[in-house]
Amino acid sequence: MTDIPAKAAVASASSGSLLLTLMKLRTFIALIAVLVFFSIAAPNFLSAANLILMSKHVALNAFLAMGMTFVIITGGIDLSVGSIVGLCGMVAGYLVLNGIDLQIGYTIYFNVLEIALITLAVGILIGAVNGLLITRLNVAPFIATLGVLYVSRGLALLSSDGRTFPNLVGKPELGTTGFGFLGAGRLLGLPVSIWILVVVALGAAYLAKYTPLGRHIFAVGGNERAARISGVRVNLVKMFVYMFSGFCAAIVGLIISSELMASHPATGESFELNAIAAAVLGGTSMSGGRGTIGGTIVGAFVIGILSDGLVMMGVSSFWQMVIKGLVIIVAVVVDQAQRRLQSRVTLMQMAKAG
Amino acid sequence: MNAATDHDVILKLEDVSKVYSGTVAVKRANFEVRKGAVNVLVGENGAGKSTLMKIIAGVEQPTLGRILLEGEEVSFSSSGDAVNRGIGMVFQELNLFGNLTVAENIFATREITNRFRKIDRKEQERRASEFLERLEAGIRPDMLVEDLRIGQQQLVEIAKAVSLDARVLIMDEPTSALSAAEVEILFKVIADLKARGVAIVYISHRLEELIRIGDYITVLRDGRITGQEEMKNVDTQWIVRQMIGSDAKDFAKADGHLPGEEIFRAEDICLPRVTGGLAVDHVSLSLRAGEILGIYGLMGAGRSELFDCIMGRHGHSTGTIFIAGKQVRERDTARRIRRGLALIPEDRQREGLVSILSVASNLTLASLSRFVRLFHIRGTDEKQAVTRMVRELAIKVADPAQEVSSLSGGNQQKVVISKALLTGPKVLLMDEPSRGIDVGAKADVFRTMRKLSRDGLGILFATSDLDEVMALSDRIAVMSNGRLTGMFDRAEATEAAIVAASALGHGPVPQMESNAHD
Ligand SMILES: Nc1ncnc2c1ncn2[C@@H]1O[C@H](COP(=O)(O)OP(=O)(O)OP(=O)(O)O)[C@@H](O)[C@H]1O
Ligand SMILES: [Mg+2]
Repeated sequence: MTDIPAKAAVASASSGSLLLTLMKLRTFIALIAVLVFFSIAAPNFLSAANLILMSKHVALNAFLAMGMTFVIITGGIDLSVGSIVGLCGMVAGYLVLNGIDLQIGYTIYFNVLEIALITLAVGILIGAVNGLLITRLNVAPFIATLGVLYVSRGLALLSSDGRTFPNLVGKPELGTTGFGFLGAGRLLGLPVSIWILVVVALGAAYLAKYTPLGRHIFAVGGNERAARISGVRVNLVKMFVYMFSGFCAAIVGLIISSELMASHPATGESFELNAIAAAVLGGTSMSGGRGTIGGTIVGAFVIGILSDGLVMMGVSSFWQMVIKGLVIIVAVVVDQAQRRLQSRVTLMQMAKAG
Repeated sequence: MNAATDHDVILKLEDVSKVYSGTVAVKRANFEVRKGAVNVLVGENGAGKSTLMKIIAGVEQPTLGRILLEGEEVSFSSSGDAVNRGIGMVFQELNLFGNLTVAENIFATREITNRFRKIDRKEQERRASEFLERLEAGIRPDMLVEDLRIGQQQLVEIAKAVSLDARVLIMDEPTSALSAAEVEILFKVIADLKARGVAIVYISHRLEELIRIGDYITVLRDGRITGQEEMKNVDTQWIVRQMIGSDAKDFAKADGHLPGEEIFRAEDICLPRVTGGLAVDHVSLSLRAGEILGIYGLMGAGRSELFDCIMGRHGHSTGTIFIAGKQVRERDTARRIRRGLALIPEDRQREGLVSILSVASNLTLASLSRFVRLFHIRGTDEKQAVTRMVRELAIKVADPAQEVSSLSGGNQQKVVISKALLTGPKVLLMDEPSRGIDVGAKADVFRTMRKLSRDGLGILFATSDLDEVMALSDRIAVMSNGRLTGMFDRAEATEAAIVAASALGHGPVPQMESNAHD
């Protein structure tokens, strides 16, 4: 997320137009604006405790939005992430409490690391189901992931009959303690979830920029046929983005149940919409082929800080929705205006130059 | 030919300039379009021809300068404006809706409706078929455009423009995907329009065409107009000299190297058509290392489909292929590319380029694995390769980070060619590789082909240009109606024999070969 202002600054130095620069940095400006606004309007907003709390909230959406960004860049959409969050949380909770009963009077309990790995695998697996539906059976991404949204949510509810798995502290004699670390633990003063976010975000940004797979993601979104003729394995690329999205959702499921020390089957409802909003706010194009991880993360921060700040100011949740909606629309309108303005500014300069 | 005075100037551009971010496409151009005449515009790739025409057609607005239509200053803010004033254009890149029928495309935005504002489909199709019949293309107005071959789509574009009943009709490389026979038909249509007083602006890189049908010629170079003449006073040499500032480079001559071992063999390739019958009908051929095998055929002969089968793009095709004697069992394109096949597709917009990515990303898209260590793309290696290709094929681009869609048509074609070359293939399939590139670039591409074949590559190239196939091939295969109907060594090949073979099995359209080349 640091490369965005740098790049924009270089471009602006040559174009020299203030307005254009401002528009290019719009997500950042929005971020700074909400920060400044709330630090004045809401007392305690800038306190370290609050900032850390907010980043923990933002992190959850940011994970989902990163997965969503890759999916959208390939020209798809993943509506199932919220349900995957719920289902993965339930998987983790179930494993902490019950282990796996082998039906022969013997039950295996896993330690926390194993539980985390199993849960991630479940998330990736559901992503793979999305991917298979889309690549092998040619179901449109919107429909495939909508179906999976319902199925996963249903499975999550079935897993506990709609009840919450409470009190996930585990038992020392079974080796299942320590589940709270992900949600409440700290490293060097920062929450563990933030560190995970940093690692995953750097990894995703690197992938997008410096690996063939990253290039292929953009190529598939830009022109699938041309990508295929160029030897891009389009189906594998699509499988990957949905699996990565499932992976991100599983991380969120783990973190949330760890924070609450409980898993609730309705967790994650409508999270997919926030994720899409963050991606779009960060400059991802819904028609595919364009987007950056850095932009998406900034977008997630804008949305997260906006909702938390409004809560702190005591704005009603109804108004919060209205405001969030308006911000998203304005962001996209500005995006369009910037493209038009950009060409006009360069035109004027070239014309002046001769 | 008539004297200049017989043709009134209907449209005049005065000191028109157009700048895009990074490039000045047109510099202070003065251009006159005359009534009842074919006004030819030539220039190298990226010279600014399409840009100038888009300005006339209202698609782009000039940065500076005036447009005078019959002496009155006009400014068009959209192509709709221009159409209303009687200016129509056939664009270089196809602008059709694949999901609509031919008739719906022809009447898009001008739908014929009945009293209740309901679209009168019958009437549209009836009128559309009138225009299509004039083009003798065998296209039914109720066909979906996406089911048409690219050449047929180009004819639909032409029909669409003709149906506008324009006073000024611009044709930007209308023949780039047409075979000789279709070109003849188009010329008849043009002659007819001319007789009715329509002013035609005609852009093409096929110089013989220009000499044949042009009345006036204007040469653009680097956005400036460098020459204006009556066509009767000029010859191809003059055109080339005005265009590139020197004489034409000859098509690269064969250097007499001997082809080596067999490098590629296709056996019994078949591809069923959706509508029944075979698009590729039991085709077998073999290619030796260092050999250039030209595949000549009329539009729809099945050449592109054959290439598609070889690349593994159709799951339901049958037959076997061998590379260097080993059977290729892989059925998907990605792994066939890894085995050493590469394709330069005919339709660069739909299959060749990812238009929103940069020139550099497009160039290296098919060959990324060559610049990768572990999983990291080494930026410097990639950049080197990009710079090398831009230089070798003289791609006109200010900065390779630019979006590829901002290049001129011919330069986009060079990007597609370079992309395939960068994969370092053993066998290269080229489908109409010279489509839309200028004389200089054509010579460059052909020279590259010769060099590659000297290095032991096998090249299969499909073309509907008889001169090209005669000049370049070591052997010439002819396809017609999905079948291989002839195979000639260069020594024994005659134009007549090739043309005859290309018409075999074309029962319903026997007149095709009579004027295919003269
Ligand atoms: N949208 C655009 N943005 C930036 N540059 C552009 C754009 N469109 C065209 N150009 C540039 O303008 C120049 C002229 O392009 P134009 O398409 O007019 O060439 P042309 O003479 O038609 O060439 P060709 O024979 O290859 O079709 C080229 O250098 C091209 O890169
Ligand atoms: Mg052009």
